[in-house]
Amino acid sequence: MITFPSRRSPTPASRRSFLLAAVTLALPAAFASPPAQAAEPLTVGFIYVGPKTDFGYNQAHAQGAAAVAKLPGIKVREEEMVPETAAVQKTMESMINLDGAKLLFPTSFGYFDPHILKMAAKYPNVTFLHCGGLYVEGKHPKNVGSYFGYIDEAQYVSGIVAALSTKSNKLGFIAAKPIPQVLRNINSYTLGARSVNPKATVTVIFTGDWSMPVKEAEAANSLIDQGVDALTYHVDSPKVIAELAERRGVMVTGYHASQAALAPKGYLTGAEWNWGKVYGDYLAAIQANKPYPHLLRGGLKEGFVKMSPYGKSVSAEAKKKADAAKAKFMAGTMVIYKGPLKDNSGKVVIPAGVEQKQTDIALESMDYLVDGVVGKTH
Amino acid sequence: MSVASTFGGAGVAAPEKAALGAGARRAWEVIRAPVAAFAGTVVAFGLFMAIVGRNPAAVYGQMFKGSFGTWFSFQNTLLRAAPFMLTALATALPGRLGLVVLGGEGAMVLGGLVAALAGLAAKNHGHGPIAVATWMLVAGGVTGGVWIALAGALRAYRGVNETIATLLLNYIAIALLNHFVEGPLRDPASLNKPSTTPIGDENMIGNLPGLDVHWGLAWGVGACLVGWFLMNRTLFGFSARMIGGNVRAALLNGLPVARLIVIVTFLGGVCAGLAGSIEVAAIHGTANASLITGYGYTGVLVAFIARQNPLAVIPVSLIIGGISASGGLLQRGFDLPDATVNVLQGILFIAILLSETLNARTGARRKKAVSGASAPSGNLPPAVTA
Repeated sequence: MITFPSRRSPTPASRRSFLLAAVTLALPAAFASPPAQAAEPLTVGFIYVGPKTDFGYNQAHAQGAAAVAKLPGIKVREEEMVPETAAVQKTMESMINLDGAKLLFPTSFGYFDPHILKMAAKYPNVTFLHCGGLYVEGKHPKNVGSYFGYIDEAQYVSGIVAALSTKSNKLGFIAAKPIPQVLRNINSYTLGARSVNPKATVTVIFTGDWSMPVKEAEAANSLIDQGVDALTYHVDSPKVIAELAERRGVMVTGYHASQAALAPKGYLTGAEWNWGKVYGDYLAAIQANKPYPHLLRGGLKEGFVKMSPYGKSVSAEAKKKADAAKAKFMAGTMVIYKGPLKDNSGKVVIPAGVEQKQTDIALESMDYLVDGVVGKTH
Repeated sequence: MSVASTFGGAGVAAPEKAALGAGARRAWEVIRAPVAAFAGTVVAFGLFMAIVGRNPAAVYGQMFKGSFGTWFSFQNTLLRAAPFMLTALATALPGRLGLVVLGGEGAMVLGGLVAALAGLAAKNHGHGPIAVATWMLVAGGVTGGVWIALAGALRAYRGVNETIATLLLNYIAIALLNHFVEGPLRDPASLNKPSTTPIGDENMIGNLPGLDVHWGLAWGVGACLVGWFLMNRTLFGFSARMIGGNVRAALLNGLPVARLIVIVTFLGGVCAGLAGSIEVAAIHGTANASLITGYGYTGVLVAFIARQNPLAVIPVSLIIGGISASGGLLQRGFDLPDATVNVLQGILFIAILLSETLNARTGARRKKAVSGASAPSGNLPPAVTA
């Protein structure tokens, strides 16, 4: 009955983050006392808003933490199910005061304001690195950083695979809330799908919250009953959907982490975070006492996100086209959002001749669903 | 004797004028059940820890360190206990009338939402921080009060089961919050975490002097004291408890039962609404989905462990607050899942209810000659039927 309620919106929202190049290499003057002499291990705290075995958002971060734990001179402490209330402030303080943590990764989007900002001001010698890309130079404390990834690139590739695997040309997307970050994934997935199969449509259902297993299952059943034969999702823990899809014999592409183990037959590929790489880079800089980027973004090319290995049922053609798109992302030549682009009510949202690259600020306030999506944002 | 025994069953209502020895014995009779339940919980949870391969003594040592053992931990406990005191009263006050109200969560969430709006409106009218905070607390409290009083009125005038009604009202309140925060009341700047417009740092209510705990603690303790005084030391409270003891007798005595039900449910709701207002005014500065904390449900647990006694709500909140404060250390130090803390709370809850039942049975056997009337309603908690 007491479902876990508080919600992270895993996403970037900084309005000032123009370019990855704009990554602010502000010198961490305040970045003191990592045990530079390697004698004493650096204690790193990871905080998750949900269970770290959720096959989703939190598991992806826990995998990153596990990668960090293997590095020399690092001691990892983790705490899961920490709500976005005063509780997370106390968890941070507890890790600092009782565990001696010098570096914290509070991983939920909603931890940033006010919780991290408050603790960062109180503990200037501790570094706080937050998932969400919210850092604004000059406005936020110097011992704070925020990172996020362009995972919609991986969703674009997933869309290609799904659209070339479907027989009914009906794809389904189960999403939490119609906020910009989620809409961007739905739109990129749809654009990827229709780039190779113009007949494909994507029916979207919003469940209203980040972790609603019962509603997610109902949505999956309803989509499958309507003839959808490939599903994807943007919810915190897609476990139920992946299992249900497998049981009903439809295909899925994953999100956050790999759900291949839950759907060995139907799993095509998936959009996964690669936090181990991001955290490793951060720690390398911090352990060497070097400056670290306060605002860090990246996609497939930068290794922030990755594709799950292809499932058995993916055809050679689908692999070829997906690999081609991925190669363009890796080369930095792919632009997902370019005009002319219409939303699903026929309105032009990007005029002809306009390109919005991943770093374009306009994408951060996305409020439309592109042509080909069946559904509404409200 | 009948009145005195009502008092005895109600917990801390101490026998001021009784002889010291008799008083001590009575006090022991009152607290022995919770003490036994607490001891049983410690043993049961220790066994559970041993079964999952952890050293129970080390676990308890770490829990003590994480909850009361250091100044930092103790303040952590106080901070977590503060909202529980207020949400528990939403259940405990109507509990004295024999009602089982589960609506603290919804009243808190809606109270927080309305408080955020009231704070914003007051700020936009050019009011200073004190006035803004006052408007927030009043508006949030009244909202919570009206919300629970709705269920109280349905109970009093239409016979609708208040337990089901308040439970369902929680879902409605959460849906309303999400609807307004993601729709008409959304601050356009809150892109990926839909929220209302912030009330501004200058309007936040700060910490208690000398403590790293916000003013919510003072409100919580104050509300418990006022609630206890109201229920145990006034004619109003006596009438309320009489309804809880035997509603037919109360009616025969001409008590305005329906009106009392509405008033007491309103007061309970005010407390939960205050909890929501304080969440906004002291922590978030805005209303959003982070208000859905589960504090309302924890409040139900606290109220039942406290046997619906407002004074007992304070120490019970501290215990539950301490358990949740130490939960993080259990995870980090012993590699136990988060649910471990829920197991402990669950054991404690069941042990308390069990001890109530056993206590009532032995008590009934001893004074079988005295008790004539049986409980008027199946859903009355034991504490109010004593």
